[in-house]
Amino acid sequence: MKSAPPLPYWADVILLPVINLLAALLVCGVIIAMLGENPFSALSVMIKGAFVYPSSLGYTLYYTTNFIFTGLAVAIAFHAMMFNIGGEGQAYLGGLGAGLAALWLGADFSPLIVLPVAVIASALFGAAWAFVPGYLQAKRGSHIVITTIMFNFIASSLMVWLLAGPLIQKGQQSPQTPTFDANAFLPKFSELLASVSIDVARSPLNLSFVLALAALVFFWVLVWKTRFGYELRAVGHNQQAAHYAGINVPRVIIITMLISGAFAGLMATNEILGVQHKVLLNFTSGYGFTGIAVALMGRNHPVGIFLASLLFGALFQGGAELDFEFDSITREMVLVIQGMIILFSGALAYMFNRPLSHFLASILNRKQAVNE
Amino acid sequence: MAIKTGKGDVETTSPFAIELQNVCKSFGRVQANRNISLAVENAAIHGIVGENGAGKSTLMNILFGLHSADSGSILIDGKPVEIRSSADAISLGIGMVHQHFMLVPNFTVLENIMLGREGDMLLKDGIASTMRELEELETEYGMQVNPHAKVEDLPVGTRQRIEIIKAIRGGARILILDEPTGVLTPQETDSLFAILRALRARGVTIILITHKLAEIMAITDSVSIIRDGKIVGSRETSKTNSGELAELMVGREVLLRVEKNAASTGETRLSVNGLGLSSNDGQPLLTEITFDLRAGEILGVAGVAGNGQSELMEVFAGMRTFDTGQMEILGDQIDSKHPKHPDSMRKTGLGHIPEDRHQHGLVLNFEASENLVFGFHHTELTGNGLLMDQKSIRSHAETMIERFDVRPANPDLPAKNFSGGNQQKLVIAREMNAEPKVLIVGQPTRGVDIGAIEFIHKQLVALRDKGCAILLVSVELDEILALSDRIMVMNEGRIVGVLDSADATERRIGLMMAGIAKEEAA
Amino acid sequence: MNDFMLQFLLTIDATFRVATPLILCAMAGMFSERSGIIDISLEGKLLAGAFVAATVATTTGSAWLGILCAILASVGFALVHGFACITHRGNQVVSGLAINILASGLTVTIAIALFHQGGQTPPLGRSERFTPLEWPLVETLNQIPAVGSIYRELISGHNLITYIALLAVPVSAFIFYRTRFGLRLRAVGELPQAVDSAGVSVAWLRYRAVIIAGILCGIAGAYLSTAQGAGFVREMSAGKGYIALAAVIFGKWRPYPAFFACLLFGFLEASSARLQGVEIPLIGEAPTQLMLALPYIMVVVLLAGFIGKANPPAAIGQPYVK
Repeated sequence: MKSAPPLPYWADVILLPVINLLAALLVCGVIIAMLGENPFSALSVMIKGAFVYPSSLGYTLYYTTNFIFTGLAVAIAFHAMMFNIGGEGQAYLGGLGAGLAALWLGADFSPLIVLPVAVIASALFGAAWAFVPGYLQAKRGSHIVITTIMFNFIASSLMVWLLAGPLIQKGQQSPQTPTFDANAFLPKFSELLASVSIDVARSPLNLSFVLALAALVFFWVLVWKTRFGYELRAVGHNQQAAHYAGINVPRVIIITMLISGAFAGLMATNEILGVQHKVLLNFTSGYGFTGIAVALMGRNHPVGIFLASLLFGALFQGGAELDFEFDSITREMVLVIQGMIILFSGALAYMFNRPLSHFLASILNRKQAVNE
Repeated sequence: MAIKTGKGDVETTSPFAIELQNVCKSFGRVQANRNISLAVENAAIHGIVGENGAGKSTLMNILFGLHSADSGSILIDGKPVEIRSSADAISLGIGMVHQHFMLVPNFTVLENIMLGREGDMLLKDGIASTMRELEELETEYGMQVNPHAKVEDLPVGTRQRIEIIKAIRGGARILILDEPTGVLTPQETDSLFAILRALRARGVTIILITHKLAEIMAITDSVSIIRDGKIVGSRETSKTNSGELAELMVGREVLLRVEKNAASTGETRLSVNGLGLSSNDGQPLLTEITFDLRAGEILGVAGVAGNGQSELMEVFAGMRTFDTGQMEILGDQIDSKHPKHPDSMRKTGLGHIPEDRHQHGLVLNFEASENLVFGFHHTELTGNGLLMDQKSIRSHAETMIERFDVRPANPDLPAKNFSGGNQQKLVIAREMNAEPKVLIVGQPTRGVDIGAIEFIHKQLVALRDKGCAILLVSVELDEILALSDRIMVMNEGRIVGVLDSADATERRIGLMMAGIAKEEAA
Repeated sequence: MNDFMLQFLLTIDATFRVATPLILCAMAGMFSERSGIIDISLEGKLLAGAFVAATVATTTGSAWLGILCAILASVGFALVHGFACITHRGNQVVSGLAINILASGLTVTIAIALFHQGGQTPPLGRSERFTPLEWPLVETLNQIPAVGSIYRELISGHNLITYIALLAVPVSAFIFYRTRFGLRLRAVGELPQAVDSAGVSVAWLRYRAVIIAGILCGIAGAYLSTAQGAGFVREMSAGKGYIALAAVIFGKWRPYPAFFACLLFGFLEASSARLQGVEIPLIGEAPTQLMLALPYIMVVVLLAGFIGKANPPAAIGQPYVK
């Protein structure tokens, strides 16, 4: 086998991810066809569902908000060469933080106090849940993949106990907290715009979307503009060199995990403060895992993460339409698409690398030959 | 039991067990082997000597099927063969003892020996027959091992014996040993040689790769010298001597004479007293290191790679803690209970050009400008604000690139896209710019082109003339000779002796590198 | 007292029922991980196996065809994992995660397409399932106190697959420690270079290991839907694959300790189900959630190095590059 020439930068950053995405969608299309439906009409239903109907864009962006937060959580850890699979549990705990703050302060303080405190609490609780795996990785070499998986399950048990026990709404059977006071509601865009007499369709899209956009910018500044980001990337690329340069590697690992957990925790501002207005079982619904797909597709860059989040937001919203339009395919198809994307853009990311680079090289060679 | 010959009882007509013809092998742009031709007689011990990175191991990996040659041919017993995998090599009767042992640490000796040649599906019969074989090997060669011991609990000498048993069991008649004595004590080396002689007496052809000349003289029948991927000479051992071999091995034409004045030395800046360090498994890495380094001098550390120089540099740079002794650096006392970390060492005024720029000196994916502040990213080079000042980093990079003539002059290019010489210039520019009071330099010109070598040497001398105390570690003897004011020779983690550069000749240092005391080497 | 005895026996009996899929998945994980391939996709293979077994059983009426197809489906996923991790040297965790999510989505999607029952299969009849095997002499021995109930509850009356799971442990141990394949398998997870330089193919060894993992997960899946349960329901694997992985780690990648970890985790789950809402003297209400989380907490404590050292196979997670 001849070794492949290196892929040009643009091909590596744009062409290869697009090819991987298309491969994933192609396989999904085949599955849809095998289920007896037309993949193209499924696609058009999903696109309409995600963008065209009056409230659909709002819903799409509402999902996008979740994925930005969980995608950033995975991406920052990736920059330090760690795999944080614990976004799900960290987001869950973030919801607890937001919920506790909202329940305790909501009735007595104005939104200007309640909301910032609740937002910070969600980040802090998420960070705290990531601290133990981070600490164990840095100081005792415990594999972060395994510990974060375990912490997801521990979080799940903890929340069941809390929601069915100490935090349950009195006189209720279903395991959830009472609804917050309205002071702890993060305003929805439809309401905000209505107050200035602009009428848009009602959707769950709320102010946390702005927070998510701010998080993207913060991420970019942190990773590429600050000294800590510099150390973080150095640790990720080459731990031995980082040690040589006097960087305290364990400290960087722990802080990175704290930030990662905080991003994941912030997802709760959207779900809990923005939409549900109470803490309930399994409100994270796998969004933490989707963050992994988002980070992989978005190549751990804020722009990529935003685009990937938008894609997944559209998939989740458009996928819900499948339930209404088809007999044989439902919103679970979105999970299949998500799985395929993780498989092709993650585990098989470089399957097309070699053929693609040979292909490009042969085109370039031919061009050269023509020019000569 | 005699060794089973893998090829049955076919009479061999060729006097040579192995012939290599015009073997070439490149890794990317690096030519590891160029047109290597070599013939080894039946039942002989053939030595291959050369410095680290000369291409010895690559050649042997080709012979054992771990790499495939780009061109050239291999003949075993006069017949051309194709060796595509180690399975091919094994079936041709070739066994190899790797430099890094291929032993599973948490397996027993028996399990390791059986691996790959277990006999049946079930291990039961294989275990019995392997045990019988082991007994026979013990009576035949005196190779004693406890088959039920775990390999990780055994000393290196024993581990190597297991590797040899693995290789010759089941009929290897050509045995390759890659740097077998690098990790052995003198006593273990003696018993290894006894085994090799016994094997030779029973018709096994042996190739011994080493960089230790004394061993070549002690055990081989013939020897080839390899340098920069080429064979530069082949001799019958009885008709040569270590002096000639040393010259062939390191004796590249001296390309440069560095202009320099006599050193005007000042106060002691680094003082080491009785420093010792052991590896995790208790092997001594550094023993009783004692010396002083003064302002305004270059102290060269000569020695074959792997004799403790790397560890010594890492200790000084704060990257490793040591076990015994003390050192004083720029007035700070450091011992095993009061270690200093790389950042505080750097703040104290220590610069460190590490010997492996890929492993330590650079983050290859970082841009040149980012690498030029690596380790200094908390200094004013990156500005004083909350964020790193990109303008300041960039203008620093432009200055450095200009001053140290880095090409291409592009601060945005990732370090991995520069040539070896320019990568090295990035490291040197960064460390020298901080105007260190003590500079630890490792292999400053490894993999660097000639023009850059001259430039780097001049920079080092200029820094010395400004009063910096420089510790220069290099495996290039001519570099040590050209730059040093004093030369310290290391062997097996000890200081063999310290010479004034006026008293140093290549031959004398070469002998000291082989562990011969300086008085005898005179 | 007799009642306590019976309760205890029933809990032990339930422990075996709960532990059966754990044991099979743990042995599966053991094969994969000892060969150097991280296997968090136990969960997905288990789920896929459960779905296919129930689907085929209800369509053909044969539980045996069901388990066979479950094995094929699970091996299919295992081969995807192998293709990504061995052939393309992909990230083993990412690949496993992809398989878990795919299994989650595909099972429900196909179930809805086939049966239109919200992601379930129709309930299976008695003939479409594996039913408990009554051993001979139960009635006779029942006359004898203690021995009779022990025989009735513990030895007899389990499902065929439970017996298979119990058999899988000594068989796995035998393969690991007494066969040529096992020796090479253990070696390839520790130092693949040693296997390669001994002239044995690293890739083929690892492929065989993941295929075996697929087979065992397929059997475990069939147990969930056609033995323990009577049909497939969505997400019926419910984290069991991850608990099995925890058991592998807790057993320090050795068959018998992992087996006992499965029994322990099974016991915790079985007793927490029995103690739900029960007041225990001094403690108050039984901390059932804590009992369910205990396996995960124990693994974290183990990995932190506070109870002995868990040394994973040295080459785990690293693609082999010559």
